[in-house]
Amino acid sequence: MNAPLKQHVIDPEICIRCHTCEEACPIGAISHDDINVVVDAAKCNQCMDCIMPCPTGSIDNWRVVATPYSLAEQLSWTELPAQADLASGDGSVEALDDDVAALLAEAHQGGGGVGKAPASASKPSVNLFSGAKAASARVQGIYRLTTETSSSEVRHIILDFGSVAFPVLEGQSIGITPPGVDAAGRKHRMRLYSVSSPRDGERPNTNNLSITVKRDAHGVCSNYLCDLNRGDEVKVSGPFGSTFLMPNDPQAHLLMICTGTGSAPFRAFTMRRQRTSPATEGAMSLYFGARTADSLPYFGPLKKVPDSVLNKNFAFSREDGHPKHYVQDALRQNQSRIAALLADSHCHIYICGLRAMEAGIEQAFEDIARLSGQDWQKIRPKMRAEGRYHVETY
Amino acid sequence: MPDFATVEYDTLIPNNVGLSSDKRVQKALEKWHPGYINWWNDLIPQRFQTSMVYLRTAVGVDPQGWAKFDYVKMPEYRWGVLLAPAVEDRRVPCGEHAGEKAWQEVPGEYRSMLRRLIVIQGDTEPASVEQQRYLGMTAPSLYDMRNLFQVNVEEGRHLWAMVYLLHKYFGADGRDEADDLLRRSSGSQEAPRMLGAFNEATPDWLSFFMFTYFTDRDGKMQLESLAQSGFDPLSRTCRFMLTEEAHHMFVGETGVGRTIQCTCEAMKAAGIEDPFDINAVRALGVIDLPTIQKKLNLHYTLSLDLFGQEISTNAANAFNAGIKGRYQEIKIEDDHKLAGATYPVVQLVDGKIVTTEAPALAAINMRLRDDYTRDAAGGIGRWNAIIAKTGIKYEMKLPHPGFHRQIGVFAGVRTTPDGTIISTADFERRRDEWLPNKADGDFIASLMKPETTPGKYAGWIAPPRVGIDNKPGDFEYVKLHEA
Repeated sequence: MNAPLKQHVIDPEICIRCHTCEEACPIGAISHDDINVVVDAAKCNQCMDCIMPCPTGSIDNWRVVATPYSLAEQLSWTELPAQADLASGDGSVEALDDDVAALLAEAHQGGGGVGKAPASASKPSVNLFSGAKAASARVQGIYRLTTETSSSEVRHIILDFGSVAFPVLEGQSIGITPPGVDAAGRKHRMRLYSVSSPRDGERPNTNNLSITVKRDAHGVCSNYLCDLNRGDEVKVSGPFGSTFLMPNDPQAHLLMICTGTGSAPFRAFTMRRQRTSPATEGAMSLYFGARTADSLPYFGPLKKVPDSVLNKNFAFSREDGHPKHYVQDALRQNQSRIAALLADSHCHIYICGLRAMEAGIEQAFEDIARLSGQDWQKIRPKMRAEGRYHVETY
Repeated sequence: MPDFATVEYDTLIPNNVGLSSDKRVQKALEKWHPGYINWWNDLIPQRFQTSMVYLRTAVGVDPQGWAKFDYVKMPEYRWGVLLAPAVEDRRVPCGEHAGEKAWQEVPGEYRSMLRRLIVIQGDTEPASVEQQRYLGMTAPSLYDMRNLFQVNVEEGRHLWAMVYLLHKYFGADGRDEADDLLRRSSGSQEAPRMLGAFNEATPDWLSFFMFTYFTDRDGKMQLESLAQSGFDPLSRTCRFMLTEEAHHMFVGETGVGRTIQCTCEAMKAAGIEDPFDINAVRALGVIDLPTIQKKLNLHYTLSLDLFGQEISTNAANAFNAGIKGRYQEIKIEDDHKLAGATYPVVQLVDGKIVTTEAPALAAINMRLRDDYTRDAAGGIGRWNAIIAKTGIKYEMKLPHPGFHRQIGVFAGVRTTPDGTIISTADFERRRDEWLPNKADGDFIASLMKPETTPGKYAGWIAPPRVGIDNKPGDFEYVKLHEA
């Protein structure tokens, strides 16, 4: 049997047969009869040239299939077939580039396999730009987030897209391939970075986004990015990811747990919430772990967010004169709060950061649930099925 | 040589035609600009002028990133002059010059023919905005209000596109024509718009949806055939306009579809199975299917009239000159000259409708109208699928092209919607069965109550399946100015 593939399909209920996509397709993969417009899976190379010009959004649909739908089948559709139970639960495609999809699958493993987006999440655009056909952005700003004395160098990098449309949602990632080749003469591999700004930009209605990058002494890409200067051009692919997204429902409580640069998506979530429902109180909690306070990215700006809006809990594992304190310890300290959240059908849990944090958090949820007469092993699958439990670790 | 990939966006008139290095045209357009802004300001009710509308603005011509969505006040919308990128070594696609290099300047012998085509196209753009000027006040949702304004500002931009061509290529005559485009006015006694359908009022939202579905689709077909023009600047202008035009079709098709869906769902909920039980259906506060069919009959037939005479020397001349092609000319496999070719045309012979073969060159309008009918039929299928899904037994139909016509071979006869010729007296007697009458209009008007809460929809129309620009359901598409 062939490996499953992601087939590009058009939603016949939304498409209005304007054939703009057909004009936009550089390789003639799109055709039509009097009723439907269809994509030939044998020809489509997923270059995405057709996505932006579509006036309806009907073009932006994907199905993971073992055998692609034939043209004849597609022409007979009056509605899109449901995603078969091959791979992802709700048919969401996280990325079209296979290596990126593999990276994301690995990052989301801790959630228990392919995740599901929150019911009220916006529809993400995915893979508008591939590694081979990346968008061009310019560095609009680059700032060190951690103090100069901190052993950890984390930088906040703002990328401006000029007149190029690069629509991202909070929680999505972008791909960056450092220029040049490795010692063996091969191109460097793409790295993914979670977007740390809200969908409408660092400031409302700017066409930019930010990422949060920690310099790793041996990391080719992190060194490339941390050494960038204002005005430098950066090739960006993506956006990637279609499940680690925030709910639009202002009633939803976001329980966000992170370490280090895992805070990036939560900065985006928090800013989005503050822009869309600034008056909402008590609907976001953050558990943030780092070695020391001076190595914690966004510590300053975070402190300015009122506690009534964001319930903040920090855990430092290497603070002089203090015992080691991890995010799971902070969760246990707030046992009754967390227990109430686990029982609340509005609660969405997000975990982002180093993979090593998973086990401890898992154990903490297990214990907190048990002590409050709940069963974490039942809660977790239910939350997952409802798109309320999300893990992205590396 | 200006670089067409880059858009001058910081200037008064955003453009990718190198306006800043063409002082004559720039000056002429800047002189025309205040008149345009006045026209816009006098037209759209003041409350909407000061509201923030989430609009798409064309900012480039690269398909990957040609438009941006953002809140803007309509008078501050960036109406620009944008041409699709030049096709390298483009050739005249049809007629006696087929295969010659496409013209970058107006060929002298076709000057007046071209000017006339551009003026007619240009005249329709502001006309539709005039026809729709009061609809904002009865919008069934902020989403629909935003779509109306999007259509309006883009029709305004299309006027700019035609005015640019007039100023750039037609000298003093062109300037006069450009001024006249702002002088004529839809429905005016003294200076009406040039085409009949553009002087009809658009009294309610169902009319608006039917108009954008049927009449804007005529516009699409005209743009498609002008996009095939051997006069390259016209071709490139129209190609880019088509990118925007697609949204207008979308508004019409989904608008009618959502109206139908709401009606069917209300009927199901109330247990009404007979779609012809009009009073019972109307009592639910939705528009009954037979009345929607009547509106369809009206707008479809008015739009067919826009295609002109079936056999037309003007159309033959324009094709032969390479000024205007057929729908998707370059995809058609023939000699593109139509020497000796024929095309089936409907004719009235001895009081009967018969199809005869006519010289294809003379039947250019007929062919475009047939392409239009095929294109329009697609949406009818979708609407019927919506009805079928709810289990109601009813089908929408396109009427026969002979029904209710004022122009062309059928102007002299009266037929039923299925094409049976009847006497004028019979037609008048049965007219209310087929076309909306005053009572139908009054009923629809009674439903036109504005709904301005984000995410809420008036009772006669279903919410859309997807938001504009992937926005969530309760997105505030228009931030209404509260004065």
